[in-house]
Amino acid sequence: MLEVRDVRKAFDGFQAVGGVTLGVARGQIAAIIGPNGAGKTTFFNLVTGHLRPDAGVVILNGRDITGLAPHDVCRLGMGRSFQRTNIFPRLTVFENVQAAFISHRGRGLSFFARVEGLYRDETYAVLESVGLQDKAGEVSGFLSHGNQKQLELGIALASEPELLLLDEPTAGMSATETRETIRLIERITRDRGLTLLFTEHDMEVVFSIAQRISVLHQGRLIAEGAPAEVRSDPEVRRVYLGERAR
Amino acid sequence: MVSSGALPDPSFLFAQALSGLTAAMFLFLIAAGLSLIFGVLRVLNFSHGSFYMLGAYLAYQVVQWAATTPGRFWWATIGAALGIAALGGVVERLLLRHLYAKEELYQLLFTYALVLILGDVAKKLWGTGQLSVSRPPGLTGAVELFGTRLPYYNLFILLLGPAIALAFWIVLHRTRTGRFIRAAALDREMLGALGVNVTGLYTGVFVIGSFLAGLGGALVTPVKTIVPGMDVEIIVEAFIVVVIGGLGSFWGTFLGSIVYGQVLSFGILIFPRFSIFSVFALMAMMLIVRPWGLLGRPLR
Amino acid sequence: MIARLARVPWGPVVMVAALFVPALGSRFYTFVATDVVIMGLFAVSLNLLIGYTGLVSFGHAAYFGIGAYTTGILMKKLGVPFVLAFPAAGLGAGLAALVFGFFCVRLTKIYFAMLTLAFAQIVWAICFKWNDVTGGEQGMPEIPYPALDWMQRLPFFGDFRASDHFYLVTVVLVALCFWVLRRIVGSPFGRLLTTIRENPERAEFIGVSVRRYELIAFVIAGIFAGLAGGLFGIFNRGVFPDFAYWTKSSEVLIMTLLGGMGSFWGPAVGALVLLVLNQQITSYTEYWPFVLGTVLIVILFAFPGGIVGALAAGVTRLRMRHA
Repeated sequence: MLEVRDVRKAFDGFQAVGGVTLGVARGQIAAIIGPNGAGKTTFFNLVTGHLRPDAGVVILNGRDITGLAPHDVCRLGMGRSFQRTNIFPRLTVFENVQAAFISHRGRGLSFFARVEGLYRDETYAVLESVGLQDKAGEVSGFLSHGNQKQLELGIALASEPELLLLDEPTAGMSATETRETIRLIERITRDRGLTLLFTEHDMEVVFSIAQRISVLHQGRLIAEGAPAEVRSDPEVRRVYLGERAR
Repeated sequence: MVSSGALPDPSFLFAQALSGLTAAMFLFLIAAGLSLIFGVLRVLNFSHGSFYMLGAYLAYQVVQWAATTPGRFWWATIGAALGIAALGGVVERLLLRHLYAKEELYQLLFTYALVLILGDVAKKLWGTGQLSVSRPPGLTGAVELFGTRLPYYNLFILLLGPAIALAFWIVLHRTRTGRFIRAAALDREMLGALGVNVTGLYTGVFVIGSFLAGLGGALVTPVKTIVPGMDVEIIVEAFIVVVIGGLGSFWGTFLGSIVYGQVLSFGILIFPRFSIFSVFALMAMMLIVRPWGLLGRPLR
Repeated sequence: MIARLARVPWGPVVMVAALFVPALGSRFYTFVATDVVIMGLFAVSLNLLIGYTGLVSFGHAAYFGIGAYTTGILMKKLGVPFVLAFPAAGLGAGLAALVFGFFCVRLTKIYFAMLTLAFAQIVWAICFKWNDVTGGEQGMPEIPYPALDWMQRLPFFGDFRASDHFYLVTVVLVALCFWVLRRIVGSPFGRLLTTIRENPERAEFIGVSVRRYELIAFVIAGIFAGLAGGLFGIFNRGVFPDFAYWTKSSEVLIMTLLGGMGSFWGPAVGALVLLVLNQQITSYTEYWPFVLGTVLIVILFAFPGGIVGALAAGVTRLRMRHA
């Protein structure tokens, strides 16, 4: 479904991503792991169009999307959440998700229709699947960090993607919250038949649900494969030695 | 005027270029402060022009009070510059500081409010007439250079401008404080995390910028009459300069001042009807084609 | 009681009440009211950019000026009737907004603001220098009133003066513009504009082409600013280059802030307060800029939501106390 070939990106001489090749099959749950600064978020930005790669191609469902603008990439079926919570703070929870539906369903250039209640059913369906239906009327900026992350997921889902990219979905969460979030993500992926690619810090999370893991270190791929393979890979152990898994 | 057909008189061209350079040096003093404040504080300080104007008025006032004291022009200049620096410090510490957390629009409108207030304060204290200060004794008179007459005072300014630029550059690149200032311009959060007193740094930068504005205003008094409206005139020109040179770039500001000085000098000759149009067209073109200016850093 | 008061549709109520200002019999009141209504439209059009899309424009007066000159030139020099010259103001301003906006939306924040300013100053410079078309520095005095004799046949309103009749036409036209803008703001398009204001990066990743939406908003705002300008030129009995000067842009910006960027009617309230304040203060003292600057600072520090924002907060507090 997603194929990334040899992408590179350098900033002022610093090679953030240096020739990464990676593929995700339809319906798969894949993870990218690596220590801080390994280039995970930069890699995501290259795939989603927020950054233009210096070299390499990104192919989605057989279509070359390298260098396409983010809004075009989104329309082609890719949804994304961000590492730092990226919501619309002064809009309510309902409005946050509704906006994604409005854009995705192509009603964005409608100037005279009334927006209250538009896509109400679909929005509530998404809110329910992420567990925020009781908070629909609250201003999203005032939600707790965990709730905001749930909302992030909801916004990404409202774009009805086939491929979901989640950048550190459990960052900053307690152990309980992390477990709940992972269960939620797993359930949603299963229910909607999504393909999932996520980056993570937390090894337990990754090994519990990922079917395929790629390990990034200093912008390069140092290992790839099924969880068991990666776990026992000597390179990986070397890189992570001293960094105890949570 | 340029006569059709014949080559323009070289000494005339030289005179125009010199006057453009002189204007550029004054502009550089103002624009440098503006650029510095924007680079570090991310605030486009409209009231910078007001500080310049107040520097001029203050210098005038000190010269009046000092009556016949020898060296009064220099005392006035330093006094004015320090006075405006103090004013800048007070403004930053008491008022501007509280707006950093808010949207940029609020900071901009605050500096604009200062323009309104300070403009009227000047009007109340010194009236609406034109005031002037005579050149300091020792720098009256002129020198003959390539067929044109260059006043000693203008020569002094032409030498002082680059001297200040150089001194500035040395401070920015060779001192610890300078390094902090440059770091703050790049990543203030990181700097704060490293334990540097970023709040104090901000005040310091604003004070330095205000000092330069006040200095510029004081130094320009023998060359230009002091009138209400000089605050707006200079800030518009300073904007254009920093856009051309690059917001936040030091040498860019220097280069931009020179370019602008020459464009103004020769532009009036070639297109007298369109000089006000051409400077804004220049600014617009720069923003469209290369928003980070000649020497600034690319935005994305 | 508070809840019931808050539910009154103040906008339409005020517009209808505005129709009766000439009945007060004072030329002065009608004069001020015309000014307020037109500037109110100008300010609300700017707020589409600032309050709803998060785009701070320093050069909105450019479109106001273009609208004024379009109507002025058409009516005075070409004898075009008002019924065509008025929409032409919106058209002319909209076209300019399309061209200028195309370049402006490629930039963000301070660079966007400075380019809008540069374009506005270019418009001003053209109006200032193009003597043949715009009358140059002198501007175009004596723009004719539209033919309003037919209004004399109206019941109750028929006996008013010509300037009152023009005022009534202005109120009706501006009310119409407000209605259109209100619908736009409450539409799916309007909602997506707010996502751009809140978080342009995220808006991109729900499929919103931020540049395209910003350009559309820019053009709409320009059209309505142009319509306001068209009316203003007639009201002012003359069109002058300073309609496009940056001080006009700063005036409307302050009105928007003063009234409150967070609501639809805020800027109109700001226009009312600022114009009335200006009238009062300038009759006592020449230091209006000082007063304006002080008011601005008070708003920035104490009432960032503007007048309407402060009122809304007050109402919420009262509601909570009585709950």
